[in-house]
Amino acid sequence: MLHIKFTDYETLRSHGEETYPHECCGVLLGTASPDGNQVHTTVRAGNTRTDRAHDRYNIAPEELIRIQRQARKLGLDIVGFYHSHPDCPAQWSKTDFDEAHWIGCSYLITRVDHGRATITNSFLLTGSDEEDKKFIDQPIEIAVSSIEDEQEKGLA
Amino acid sequence: MKINIPTPLRAYTGGEQTVIVPGATVGEALEHLVGTYPDLRQNLYTPEGKLRSFVNLYLNDDDIRYLPQKEATAVAADDELTIIPSIAGGC
Repeated sequence: MLHIKFTDYETLRSHGEETYPHECCGVLLGTASPDGNQVHTTVRAGNTRTDRAHDRYNIAPEELIRIQRQARKLGLDIVGFYHSHPDCPAQWSKTDFDEAHWIGCSYLITRVDHGRATITNSFLLTGSDEEDKKFIDQPIEIAVSSIEDEQEKGLA
Repeated sequence: MKINIPTPLRAYTGGEQTVIVPGATVGEALEHLVGTYPDLRQNLYTPEGKLRSFVNLYLNDDDIRYLPQKEATAVAADDELTIIPSIAGGC
């Protein structure tokens, strides 16, 4: 299970709309537990694949290290990544699989049709190494904050 | 020196986020790391012993692939080595 707040869920989906017709990408920070990955916040990243940003993405390792340092300061871990598929299914592709190396992390994919985010799916990369890794469908639980929660945070 | 372990590899370091290892060079530090945690080897290196192409190694803020001496680069006790697998894909 991937647990994510509605606001974070909408943030990553709107990122895909903003970068359309190019792919967006970003990192999910949170905590891992036996119940799944809990997202506490999302961080936008730049797509370095400017040569074919319509169907490829890559996050520079330097940016990933910076995000990892930021996560540690917050007491969080990298628990997943997100990217968009402009006018393509919200399903992992062969390229997604070949380039997936963060076992135990969630890979969120949002289909963006003509600039509008439609379906978002999550896939958990499981296995013990490159030879036996696989993606499995991962249910998403979206938490909608109550007005009381927002007031507690001083947001309402 | 300190080695930062990324989320997917912590299963092989007993959950440790950072590991302190001895070594005069990057290569020696890595050898000590996989000596201490043998299950890490297959995740970092190919069966032929080459660093896997998707594994990035940064000595402080420098990609070791672009350092003149690469894995033979000398390190000090307060240096940090970060292991960071690549993240990419697309439809």
